[in-house]
Amino acid sequence: MENAGLLTIIVSAILVNNFVLSRFLGICPFLGMSKKVETAAGMGMAVVFVMTMAGIFTWFANKYLLVRFHMEYLQIVMYILIIAALVQFVEVVLKKMLPSLYSALGIFLPLITTNCAVLGVALLNDQYNFGLLKTIVHSAAVAVGFTLAIVLFASIREKLEANDVPKAFQGFPIALIIASLLSFAFLGFTGMV
Amino acid sequence: MIEFKELLMPIVSMGGLGVAFGGLLAFASQKFEVKSDPRADEINAVLPAANCGGCGYPGCMNYAIAVAKGEAVNKCTVGGPAVAEKVAAIMGVDAVDAGERMVARVHCNGGIHAVDEFDYQGILSCRAMNLVSGGPKACKNGCLGCGDCMDVCRFGAIELVDGVAKIIPEKCTGCQACVKACPKQIIKMIPAIQNTVVDCMNNEIGAHVKRNCSVACIACRMCEKACRFDAIHVVNNIASIDYDKCTDCMECFEVCPTNAITANPEMKVVAEVIDEKCIGCTICAKNCPTECISGELKQVHKVNQAECIGCKICYEKCPKDAIALIPVDSKKKMKETA
Repeated sequence: MENAGLLTIIVSAILVNNFVLSRFLGICPFLGMSKKVETAAGMGMAVVFVMTMAGIFTWFANKYLLVRFHMEYLQIVMYILIIAALVQFVEVVLKKMLPSLYSALGIFLPLITTNCAVLGVALLNDQYNFGLLKTIVHSAAVAVGFTLAIVLFASIREKLEANDVPKAFQGFPIALIIASLLSFAFLGFTGMV
Repeated sequence: MIEFKELLMPIVSMGGLGVAFGGLLAFASQKFEVKSDPRADEINAVLPAANCGGCGYPGCMNYAIAVAKGEAVNKCTVGGPAVAEKVAAIMGVDAVDAGERMVARVHCNGGIHAVDEFDYQGILSCRAMNLVSGGPKACKNGCLGCGDCMDVCRFGAIELVDGVAKIIPEKCTGCQACVKACPKQIIKMIPAIQNTVVDCMNNEIGAHVKRNCSVACIACRMCEKACRFDAIHVVNNIASIDYDKCTDCMECFEVCPTNAITANPEMKVVAEVIDEKCIGCTICAKNCPTECISGELKQVHKVNQAECIGCKICYEKCPKDAIALIPVDSKKKMKETA
């Protein structure tokens, strides 16, 4: 991955190694926020924003603190600290500077503060030894992949509302089955990159 | 042995980051503070957090913001007078009584008593059913029994009994979510204390109605004749009760030939004079619609309980609280067992 081109990274992050459907990260918002396409898209936007920001900041923290002073073992703790503080800060600033964006993101922003997908992308960036540019591209692409998955899933669930589902499968059971079928479908991209 | 040097850097960096972020957030919360009415948060804290929309706002917080801007303090149907008082205290105004507690009521007893016109096989929702020529029931003003109202009720106050949605008055908060959800529009608000209700909304002519449902109002006007208070009238082929005039005496319930009028017969009462308290003022006798109270001036009065219909008028009029209401079995019930 270290020497992969930008396009390869993008395709890989969105389709082949889709965070939700291939890596099984961020399942909580994937299931919880996917009842309506509208909220799913809102969640996706918030994730794109937070993941890109988190990717950039953790990259700097990793390079200039962790690696430099040989404290790689503190990686997870430090990343969580950075992401949480970052999201809080962004929320406060947004509320003042861009109230419209703040109300559009609404509850989703604090929700993803300590999401495993956000932490996961930060850790992966380090694992792949990405430079700053590739880190930004990869983080954003992963988030777009998440948005794609959750919006697809939400649109299927919306359609499902009008169908005659057996009583035992109504609600979450059928949603989990749909999620697994979606995951199967995305497995078809394996080997592309 | 752990070297002190090895410990120093992690402590300094993590601690430093923590302090830096803490400072940054503290600075940001000051610098980017958005001024909001502190009363809105206080009001939000005393609201029930049901977010039911009964007040007309999309959530408790939005109502709290509206109150802080001058909206009435008594709009919360869930919290009722208790919450209205607390909100009024925060706003420094007097709590205005929101009026009588109202609950929702499904005006239909049909269900298993109503005839099906065709077999419906589709999405199990009242709204979808209603789109297929008004649903499978032959009565087009009856409860479809799919529970669309149950789904929207946030308080678990609705249950299905014999194919008809029934609202439990004790649990109903009066948020009117079900009123809006019912595609048949047969859920209406009634006073919570009301016992006698016409549970039918069908305004077709009697013969039609009777064929389709055994518990429907056939507009026979027997209730109208039985009512001594001018409280029930047949309008547009359907009996309807004026709750302001109704005394819950259940006379109409007792004469209704189809059981379209529902009441809890255990609520039936008769009046009885408490001898020690009665001063013989004759006020009760003058006000009694059935003239079943007798007695001379300044003498202890007596109620002829066979004639008493339980309208509670004497109870309300008596200046000395000398009338007690005793529960009795409904006369109708007595007739049935006799």
